[in-house]
Amino acid sequence: MTYIIYIALTLMALGMIFSAIRFVKGPTAADRTVAMDTLTTIGVAALVLVGYMFERFIYVDVALVYAVLGFIGVIVIARYLEGAL
Amino acid sequence: MIYFILISILLLLMIAASVYSIVQKDLLYAVMATGIISLILSILYFLLQAPDVALTEAAIGVALTTIIFVITIRNTVRMEEEGESKEKFKSAVK
Amino acid sequence: MSILEIIGGILLIIGSIFLFLGGLGIYRMPDTYNRLQAGTKATTLGGMSLVLGVGILEPAWIWKALIIIIFIAYSNPISSHALARANYRRGHYPYIKSKDKKNMDAYQEVVPHTKEKEDKV
Repeated sequence: MTYIIYIALTLMALGMIFSAIRFVKGPTAADRTVAMDTLTTIGVAALVLVGYMFERFIYVDVALVYAVLGFIGVIVIARYLEGAL
Repeated sequence: MIYFILISILLLLMIAASVYSIVQKDLLYAVMATGIISLILSILYFLLQAPDVALTEAAIGVALTTIIFVITIRNTVRMEEEGESKEKFKSAVK
Repeated sequence: MSILEIIGGILLIIGSIFLFLGGLGIYRMPDTYNRLQAGTKATTLGGMSLVLGVGILEPAWIWKALIIIIFIAYSNPISSHALARANYRRGHYPYIKSKDKKNMDAYQEVVPHTKEKEDKV
């Protein structure tokens, strides 16, 4: 079971690195916002998995706060790009 | 060992995001980079076994900072310029 | 290994593979809308599957895992839809390979194309 958690963490770190490359390269503002949204979603999953690795129940609350509040920034940036904020 | 590698990757990503946020001329991209710094910092607090600090950092950094900075950019200028930015900033604030 | 550990491990592997494919699709796709598709749908499935796998592996956590799954399932499509609409109204139109461009892009009946806005970043 420990090796499965290590493989999953490695795959998620690779996904975060690819998203970070797109964040630096992306030509328009929407590309960077998509990369930020993907980084937030992978971060929620990584927080839950690391909380399972440490065997602490309270650690899942951080992932819950991220899942609740993570999309507000993307919506605010989208409304600003649309010109309707 | 996996702990050390994870913390090293997160620290390198965080340093890269902060340098990008300082160098970038477009202030909207700098605000997005600040959100990414907040996410990585929250994961680091989490790995260093301080979940209450990570909770506060998540609640403030991901939502409140982004909203306030985007409203500030809406009211002032988006692109940072070399020469006459001070006069433009003054005229935008009025 | 009990049966719950096997199901949880399979769900963990599926979720992490879909999260990795979401990151890879963000890097490889040619257009903003394609990147939005890869980066939102694949990571929604991956995140839901991984959180459900952790909830099955540790049966005391299943209610909090279900709450996280509900929040992922409503917050990810909302942000994706808002971003796609904002990008279309700014004048970035989808990348279409075929010559019949008028019939491929059906949303232009609602929001007509304005060519002079296209070069803005």
